[in-house]
Amino acid sequence: MLAYEAIRHDVLVIGAGGAGLRAAIEASAEGASVGVVCKSLLGKAHTVMAEGGIAAAMANVDERDNWRVHFSDTMRGGQYVNNWRMAELHAKEAPERIRELEAWGALFDRTGDGRILQRHFGGHRYARLVHVGDRTGLEMIRTLQDHGIHRGIEFYMEFTVCALLTEGNRVVGAVAYSREKGTFFVFQAKAVVLATGGIGRSYRITSNSWECTGDGLALAYRAGAELADMEFVQFHPTGMVWPPSVAGLLVTESVRGEGGVLRNNQGRRFMFDDIPEAYRAQTADNEEEGWRYTQGDRNARRPPELVTRDHVARCIVREIKEGRGSPHGGVFLDIAWIREKIPNSAEHIKRKLPSMYDQFLKLAGIDITKVPMEVGPTTHYMMGGIRVDGDSQVSSVEGLFAAGECAAGLHGANRLGGNSLSDLLVFGRRAGLYAAQFARQAQWVEADQNQVHAVIAHAVEPFERAAAHPADSPYRILEELRELMQNLVGIVRTGEEMTQALDGLAKFKERALRVGVVGNRFYNPGWHTSLDLDNQLIVSEAVCRAALTRSESRGAHYRLDYPNKDVRWGHINLVVRRADDGMAVVERPLPEMPQELKAIIEEMK
Amino acid sequence: MIPSTATFLIWRGDAQGGAFQEYRIGISEGMVVLDAVHRIQAEQDNTLAVRWNCKAGKCGSCAAEVNGRPRLMCMTRLGDLALDRPVTLEPMRTFPLLRDLVTDVSWNFRTKLAIQPLRTRPADAPDGTWRMMQRDVDRPQEFRKCIECFLCQDVCHVLRDHRLFDRYIGPRLLVYTAQLEMNPIDAADRLGDLKDLHGIGYCNITKCCTTVCPEEIKITDNAIIPLKERLVDAFYDPLTRLARALGLRG
Ligand SMILES: Cc1cc2nc3c(=O)[nH]c(=O)nc-3n(C[C@H](O)[C@H](O)[C@H](O)COP(=O)(O)OP(=O)(O)OC[C@H]3O[C@@H](n4cnc5c(N)ncnc54)[C@H](O)[C@@H]3O)c2cc1C
Ligand code: SF4
Ligand code: SF4
Ligand code: FES
Repeated sequence: MLAYEAIRHDVLVIGAGGAGLRAAIEASAEGASVGVVCKSLLGKAHTVMAEGGIAAAMANVDERDNWRVHFSDTMRGGQYVNNWRMAELHAKEAPERIRELEAWGALFDRTGDGRILQRHFGGHRYARLVHVGDRTGLEMIRTLQDHGIHRGIEFYMEFTVCALLTEGNRVVGAVAYSREKGTFFVFQAKAVVLATGGIGRSYRITSNSWECTGDGLALAYRAGAELADMEFVQFHPTGMVWPPSVAGLLVTESVRGEGGVLRNNQGRRFMFDDIPEAYRAQTADNEEEGWRYTQGDRNARRPPELVTRDHVARCIVREIKEGRGSPHGGVFLDIAWIREKIPNSAEHIKRKLPSMYDQFLKLAGIDITKVPMEVGPTTHYMMGGIRVDGDSQVSSVEGLFAAGECAAGLHGANRLGGNSLSDLLVFGRRAGLYAAQFARQAQWVEADQNQVHAVIAHAVEPFERAAAHPADSPYRILEELRELMQNLVGIVRTGEEMTQALDGLAKFKERALRVGVVGNRFYNPGWHTSLDLDNQLIVSEAVCRAALTRSESRGAHYRLDYPNKDVRWGHINLVVRRADDGMAVVERPLPEMPQELKAIIEEMK
Repeated sequence: MIPSTATFLIWRGDAQGGAFQEYRIGISEGMVVLDAVHRIQAEQDNTLAVRWNCKAGKCGSCAAEVNGRPRLMCMTRLGDLALDRPVTLEPMRTFPLLRDLVTDVSWNFRTKLAIQPLRTRPADAPDGTWRMMQRDVDRPQEFRKCIECFLCQDVCHVLRDHRLFDRYIGPRLLVYTAQLEMNPIDAADRLGDLKDLHGIGYCNITKCCTTVCPEEIKITDNAIIPLKERLVDAFYDPLTRLARALGLRG
């Protein structure tokens, strides 16, 4: 048995992105002793990559905005299978969370009268996104980090949690290893908050950082918690397609928000050809009106490039499939054209979209102020995740909370841009608050040493296998897994392909048992990859099973064999959980929405 | 056209010592140095340690010395390097080595804690918010672009050669301090600390830090020099000295 170090905190937060940091700050303010573990260094979590902004109905730019409009936009975007309680709380509380960030040192872009500026984004009726150029995520994470380090929170950087410890249906702690040194740690905690982010790394083309292996979902699943909405994976319409080594890297929606347009290889603005019914009344029917909208004309309607992401992504796929794509298998995204409208457009673009300008110049040798970009869909965001209570963020396991991208509910079948960063703040805070409250009244339950030993023994197995016989490489399996998910459980799905995917996944699971790694435990990426792989297999299977079950198309989930929405499915969430004979998918009817929320949706239609 | 293979000399080792090891790999168009390291890791040696996160120049994790120059590996294209000879990859030399290309940068995180955090002045509006004009936040926004890659710390001779880690906070943390000092809602006074504890006097304006900053922050001109000027005003100008002695803020 390998030695380990034992550590105790009232509240253990797993993850230091926006959600984890916000949770930790709140739990600490409630008087709890708080530990935060994260796989990277502080301030480097995936949240740092967010670009466009944080959605909050502050009404600084357009006084017509308020929480009710934000609520109904979020529900419409999610195709009404969202957790309506979360959508309500989110819309109501986001503005206060932004003001708080400013008081903690964030410096957002300003309006002419010195307040926080807001910008347009897809699916939001009014200019709503609080931002700093196109580096909003950095502003958010640095603000939370620099505030959080002075709050008596303990940070454990470059630690990976490999299992939760449970006693019956209650979480009592977690086992982690230090990535740097390879030593083990047992955290005892009264409450645990999962804030581990997304799953994008299980697809070949993704905008996500290496951390997004879905660990939190797998940890929760193994501990007996329920996952929900796993079929809803967001493919962002615009990722880079060339050069190959950066394929998938995000091209922010703000490019379209600032007037960028999508064209096929015949120069046609193809988004005008197919505007979904639910958005027709809000969408411009000519190019001139769309342009005016992006320049702040409040009487103009949005250009069709700014309808929801699921729809734009599918239109792009259609153009490419039907032979109207760009040379490297994408379509054209053109911001350079605004030179026809704006004097000194090159300077304007560089000021509004500095990171995009840099990204294309440095990585593709392309000057976006002069020529169009080539873009195509990229795996971007996980709407599904750990099923939680809308108010407290508690999961179906006692003492186990979840917030941010790893939790499910707020976004339903499709997330609106900007609604994730606000989600992290609103529900990060709530998870921290309720976790601290839970910890206050809960008793300590000692971790079961047999569980601890089993977890550690399992974690070091890959070394023993390598010594024993010729083993499979974790990198090879991972590459094949990502390829499989990309091809068979991607933007356009069929029952047949997903059945095939499940067979493939079963084979990977067998091979994963034979994965071997060499070297020692000291900063060993091969070993880390072999452990991540277990999580990715669970999450991929959950996505696949849920997607196979939902026999309709809704939001980000598109089935070629069931291309239409089905009213029956509009009242159902799918829940995935561990069963004796493997993974179970069950239907859960949506709770009835209160009358006043229904009325808001009706009113805003 | 770039050649289809390239040779890399990569530092392998730990705190006890190490050596360059040679790797030859196939390369393709548009690859960056980090892609090459990943390819070696996946195909030739699973244990090659490298720290990275976003692969988009946004997190500042992948700092290293490429052909002796401090760079982000994910933003350095192979096409921009001379590939007719081996490309050398080394960890940042200013910080203790953990393993291969990964260094222990925890000193930066510990040292930041010693800098006084934001302390807000009273709000401007009844709803508890402040009014700030864009022109007033432009400068601190420049500093807030910092991705904490610590490349500037790596090249600063005060840290790299003279190893004054206990007396000087280095360019990154001066940028951090400048950002706080120039935040329009901040009311704290860090000038005394800058002079006495944080060693701003050790900076002799060589500007090496500015040349390596991937975010193109004008570290010396816009952050360090203005802080030095504020110090001069505060401590060597008789009137402001008097005001300080009386507890008033200049
Ligand atoms: C390029 C890009 C741009 C985006 N732009 C926007 C935008 O403009 N607006 C918007 O609203 N959203 C945006 N998003 C989405 C948004 O950034 C993410 O959804 C959000 O940042 C997720 O935050 P999080 O706190 O849930 O998790 P993350 O920021 O992903 O953090 C996860 C944390 O968990 C830790 N962790 C994970 N597993 C483990 C483990 N096993 N043990 C220990 N720690 C673990 C990680 O180390 C990390 O600290 C964007 C996403 C991308 C990729
Ligand atoms: S200018 Fe100052 S901080 Fe920058 S490298 Fe030179 S001595 Fe160091
Ligand atoms: S100031 Fe520039 S070089 Fe220094 S840490 Fe920040 S981004 Fe890196
Ligand atoms: S990996 Fe994030 S900056 Fe290079």
